[in-house]
Amino acid sequence: MSATDQTLDTPRSRPPFGLTRLVLTTLAPIVAALLLSALVLALLSVDPVAYYAYVLRRGLTSWLGLQATLTRMAPLLCLAASLIMAFRAGLWNLGIDGQFLLGAVLVGATAQPLSTVLPQAAMLPLCILVAAAAGALWALVPALLKAYEGVNEIITTLMMTFLGISLANVLVKLLFLDPATTVPQTRTLPVADRLPTLPESTISSGLLIGVVAVLAVHFVMTRTAFGMRLRIVGTNPRAAVHAGLSVPALTIAVFCLSGALAGIAGAVEVLGVQGNVRADWNPAYGLAVIPLVFLARFNGVAAIVFVFAFSILSIGGESAARRLGVPHFFTLVVVSILLIALALAEYVDHRRRQRTT
Amino acid sequence: MTEPILSVRGLTKRYPGVVANDGVDLALMGGEVHVLLGENGAGKSTLIAMLTGLQQPDAGDILVDGTPRVIASPREALRLGIACVYQTIMLSPTLTVAENLALGEPWWSRPDRAKIAAELAAMREDLDIAVDPDALAGDLSLGQQQQVEIARALMRGGRVLILDEATSMLTPAGADELGALIRRLAARGLAIVFISHKLNEALAFGDRVSVLRLGRKVGELTPDHIAAQPKEATMAEIVGLMFGRDRAEAMARTPRPASAEPPILQATGLSLQVPGGVGLKDVSLEVAPGEVLGIAGIDGNGQRELAEVLAGQRVAAGSIRLAGEAIDGLGVGARRRKGLRYLTDDRHHEGTVGPFAVAENFVTKDVGASPFWSAAGLVDKSAIGAHAARMVADFDVRTPSVATPIGRLSGGNMQKVILARELTGEAKVVIYAKPTYGLDVANTEATRARILAAAEAGVATVLISTDLDEILALSDRIAVMSAGRIVGTVPNGPDARAAVADLMVGRVAA
Repeated sequence: MSATDQTLDTPRSRPPFGLTRLVLTTLAPIVAALLLSALVLALLSVDPVAYYAYVLRRGLTSWLGLQATLTRMAPLLCLAASLIMAFRAGLWNLGIDGQFLLGAVLVGATAQPLSTVLPQAAMLPLCILVAAAAGALWALVPALLKAYEGVNEIITTLMMTFLGISLANVLVKLLFLDPATTVPQTRTLPVADRLPTLPESTISSGLLIGVVAVLAVHFVMTRTAFGMRLRIVGTNPRAAVHAGLSVPALTIAVFCLSGALAGIAGAVEVLGVQGNVRADWNPAYGLAVIPLVFLARFNGVAAIVFVFAFSILSIGGESAARRLGVPHFFTLVVVSILLIALALAEYVDHRRRQRTT
Repeated sequence: MTEPILSVRGLTKRYPGVVANDGVDLALMGGEVHVLLGENGAGKSTLIAMLTGLQQPDAGDILVDGTPRVIASPREALRLGIACVYQTIMLSPTLTVAENLALGEPWWSRPDRAKIAAELAAMREDLDIAVDPDALAGDLSLGQQQQVEIARALMRGGRVLILDEATSMLTPAGADELGALIRRLAARGLAIVFISHKLNEALAFGDRVSVLRLGRKVGELTPDHIAAQPKEATMAEIVGLMFGRDRAEAMARTPRPASAEPPILQATGLSLQVPGGVGLKDVSLEVAPGEVLGIAGIDGNGQRELAEVLAGQRVAAGSIRLAGEAIDGLGVGARRRKGLRYLTDDRHHEGTVGPFAVAENFVTKDVGASPFWSAAGLVDKSAIGAHAARMVADFDVRTPSVATPIGRLSGGNMQKVILARELTGEAKVVIYAKPTYGLDVANTEATRARILAAAEAGVATVLISTDLDEILALSDRIAVMSAGRIVGTVPNGPDARAAVADLMVGRVAA
């Protein structure tokens, strides 16, 4: 027996998910990260208390800010759903920004023309389908390479993202250009034809699409036979072959579903918020969502919580950036510090458990 | 009497709910090979972990040269001259042998190749350790990699060398080679601890035998005692100590007469090219219900490929019929539903999904099937849990709970889980690949009993094994594989051993 399974057959003591453990592994690193970020702010001679207060007010406690936060969550949740699907199946689809953008651009190109011929109730689902197809198609190349040639999908999806961003730009500037404007952008979908807002608010109903997407993926992965197959492939591909699963077919299915969800994220953003796609527009939401999904440990419910927290930071941070002169990407600095703090806490917790057993 | 190099007194280690070591005494003498025997979970690994600084004892003393010591870490153990070679190799495959040997040095120092090469050359002289210092560790055979680990232990001044099931992954010839090396090391004055599952090996290489059971040391056989009685008597004594009762005779069995029933599994002309491997060359075989067909041969002569082709994991030329029906076009799942099962020899990496619960591992080959999943594909966790509870009881799987990740179980208990998975339901033909590989005596016996019980119940059995004793103990007919071919098939019986040996070395059976 190797050193790693030395406690064979003994019920390894595992401290229960008690309050102490929750504080140690979750709350403490969050507080530490906020304090460390405060220190950085102080070094930039910005009052950290004022910054955090402003972020909270503009992102959470004011009605206007909360509505913006909830609207921002919509595409992020769709992307989180896309990533959870792929990551749980052991496939590192890092190409969601490209899939997102192509979905967005095709919706930008088709939404306004379709709105002139179709009723809204038909146009919106059709646009979402178009975006899903675009995202799935863009994920198909890495999927085929991975499934049949074993090419590392981390590399291919990243490459396809670069190509996707460029292709999206080319499409906007050359093909889907709105001739009525001087800036290169697609035709703008009239506000009345966009995704309806939730009653009595300006919150885009894309939020519902996002929440449903995350919960649906979570359900599929934990409760269905399809999800179980994907988890076997993701955890031990050899065991999957041994159990008679078709690894190539499942790989392609996961990539297409993941790409489709990323494409839908693009549709939700264009149909709910932007109304069109400008040239060189790339919010790079994917890069922000990847760490959140890791923090949530690929758990859908936890991902919703983290996406909500990030959206507060993001919306509040954008306002604070204008008011207090902090760069708007400071939100990402806070998230990065938080990620490192949580990873450290997990490491410490792991060491502590090893010592006690 | 000379002073032991390392001795332990009253060593005790408790885990929640289990006393892994309970007042263990042990004395390791220089120049002696001390064999440590015990079932899985008897506490061998815990004892070794405490000697090498991976675990701290709850009570008792560890004495090095008569002085009590606290071994706080593996580094400390190495400093005191205690080194361990594990069953899985701990070398960096992408580094050369010399670089691996230099890994313990401070990070800023350059590896002194000349010095390492000189030391290796000296070892070649003294101990017949023959490894090229410039070879990549990953290119070496398992036996050679173990030699590198032993060389590393010696270079760091190791005086106590622990071999933790070091022979379990070696070929018989490799194990003999390692045994000879152990004897040379002992002759140099090292104290050797040799842990093995194989009684034969233990007696061939060891001087003194200690037996652990349920965390206690239940007996020690001194060199004089072992020398004074025949080997069979010693074996019976050890088996008696390990299990608390005499189960030695339960292992023998006589083959049954040839089955009168028509074959249920027929494979004809299976051929397969495998890049870098032997593949399969025109392999044909038949098995009748209730019959055990043993497939003997040295590992790597096409046995794995044959098993995978029969199970549906690989596609080969030729034809396979199950109960008269051609199944060549069917995949693993469809063949399984028709009653064809395959027990893999790699329970850790292929047979189980380590992080998944024990309960889930019982059904990884039935994903989507009733009653565990509904027609709509929704999981029924209570059905899976109930099935797992039943299997755990039926197959005597020792696990804290069915929700425990299976990777935490010992090899023997993992094997019970995958045996249960292959034998439940409508099993008509079962292919076993090295079913008792790496298991201790009790689990080996339990596994063989399961295989025979299934065969008695009418299961057609293909038993692939590199352990000739196992083949002879269980089979009705024995086929011998060599270089991807079946070179001959003989009925089991008194002359079978000689006939199989002849076939294995390429002589035509008389």
